[in-house]
Amino acid sequence: MRILTITKRIFVEMFRDKRTLALMFIAPLFILSLMYFLFQSNTNTVADIGTNNVSSSLIKAIDNKHITIHKMSANASAKQTIRDKDYAGFIKKTNGKLIVTYQNADQNKMAIIKKSVQMALIKTQIKQLAAATKKSKAGLMKMQAQLQQIKKQLPSTISGRIPAPSTPKNMQKPSSLKLSQHYLYGKSNSSFFTTMLPVFLGFMVFFFVFLISGISLLNERNSRTLDRLLATPVKRSEIIYGYLTGYGAVAIIQTAIIVLFCIYVLGIEILGNIAIVLLICFALAMVALSMGLFVSTFAASEFQMVQFIPIVVIHKFSSQV
Amino acid sequence: MDAVVTVTHVDKSFNKKRILHDVNLTASGHEILGLIGPSGAGKTTIIKNIMGMEQPDDGKVTIFGKEMPNRQVLQRIGFMAQDDALYESLTGRENLKFFAQLFGVKKDQLNERIEYTAGVVNLNQDLDKRVSNYSGGMKRRLSLAISLIQDPDLLVLDEPTVGIDPELRRQIWDELRKYAKDGKSIIITTHVMEDAAECDELLMIRDGHIITHGSPDSLEKKYQVDNLEQVFLKAGKSNENTDNN
Repeated sequence: MRILTITKRIFVEMFRDKRTLALMFIAPLFILSLMYFLFQSNTNTVADIGTNNVSSSLIKAIDNKHITIHKMSANASAKQTIRDKDYAGFIKKTNGKLIVTYQNADQNKMAIIKKSVQMALIKTQIKQLAAATKKSKAGLMKMQAQLQQIKKQLPSTISGRIPAPSTPKNMQKPSSLKLSQHYLYGKSNSSFFTTMLPVFLGFMVFFFVFLISGISLLNERNSRTLDRLLATPVKRSEIIYGYLTGYGAVAIIQTAIIVLFCIYVLGIEILGNIAIVLLICFALAMVALSMGLFVSTFAASEFQMVQFIPIVVIHKFSSQV
Repeated sequence: MDAVVTVTHVDKSFNKKRILHDVNLTASGHEILGLIGPSGAGKTTIIKNIMGMEQPDDGKVTIFGKEMPNRQVLQRIGFMAQDDALYESLTGRENLKFFAQLFGVKKDQLNERIEYTAGVVNLNQDLDKRVSNYSGGMKRRLSLAISLIQDPDLLVLDEPTVGIDPELRRQIWDELRKYAKDGKSIIITTHVMEDAAECDELLMIRDGHIITHGSPDSLEKKYQVDNLEQVFLKAGKSNENTDNN
């Protein structure tokens, strides 16, 4: 009964405090939306590279929509060019060696260049191979024609014993494979955000519940109302359970709003049961709640409470990543 | 008369600084006991020890025959701290209701108790305002009303009259006098001599020592002065002398 009295008081206080209410329910949605747009742009990164003394066929092979090639003068040095023009890479050919220098400031661009160059090398090698095969095929045909002529000139008795050259009917034509891609999770336009979302989801819930529950108990202590509470026959455990119930309910609502927002507004696909997602988030919120109440005993002010964020919240975040 | 509160040989130190030196006091039913002394004398520390919010280093506190801290006994104590300790975002009525429910006041008596205690401190008109809009004096009065909410047998009031206008102060004292008549026991702290004069029994405190005690009249007679301020000064001096000897 006393637990419910405390819970009810927390609800009323919470409802009157519009700013906290907004912080609990609107801020996470706002941040998630921002993150959504932030990580969307990742798929069309374009890397600039400078080239020096690279054959045009190789450049053609390297070129794709993620790369912009700038031909540099013969005496351009890799380091200088990258520094001056802020290119992501520089390719130079000397003595039959291809030297690639990466700026390596953005690992995404680095990976794009690496992949493109490797693909280009494979492409050119295959082209050379194909050309060689064509040549050898032409040679083979020629030899066969000559053989036929020799055969005609031979007396018929011998020629009958020589088997007719079987023209290689099943000579393989380079068959072109058709590519068809299927995605087990998400769609072709899944971005980095999709990968990070579960982490953000947990983080948002944990962060806000931790902060608000911790600070509210701290306020109770600082405004001396906790002393007054303890001067009533209420048990300490009843106060804590009252807090847990009150903020637990708030955490459930917050979690539900965030999860539903992600699914229906941001269009994130969740495999399996949404109830399980909610359950995990709720468990996380309860951990945050208990941690918040626990940590608030070590903090003398809201300011100190905020200082606990790196200790309690950040490592939680990184362990999720 | 039965002793409601007995404090025997209580010592208390903070950070190796001694706040209370061998404090003894008894409060009985039908009487108002005043703890009087300048700020920093240790009045609030005595109150906190009585309420069981702090544990004495030595000695013990008994209320209604039970040693403190004791949660059950708290049900019978109305406590008003020096800080107003109110929930600012709630209205006066909600504050009263919250504490009433914590004290287990029955539902059918709830509204009656709220109206009655609010009436004692003249807050009926402002009960539905939020406490954050209250003036300092109104907060003080609400705090006093909360301490009366469960109809306690013992009232422990820490500086109850600060920021309260003379008319209301008179009204509150009349109310306290009525409670004492009903057999309730009241302990109040104050540094105002007018309040001290209203008490039945006085304990004068300086630097954690009880320098003298008795009824206001008997104290004035004992020190052969005509007001309590003089008693305080004289008692303080004689206490210093005994300390030095």
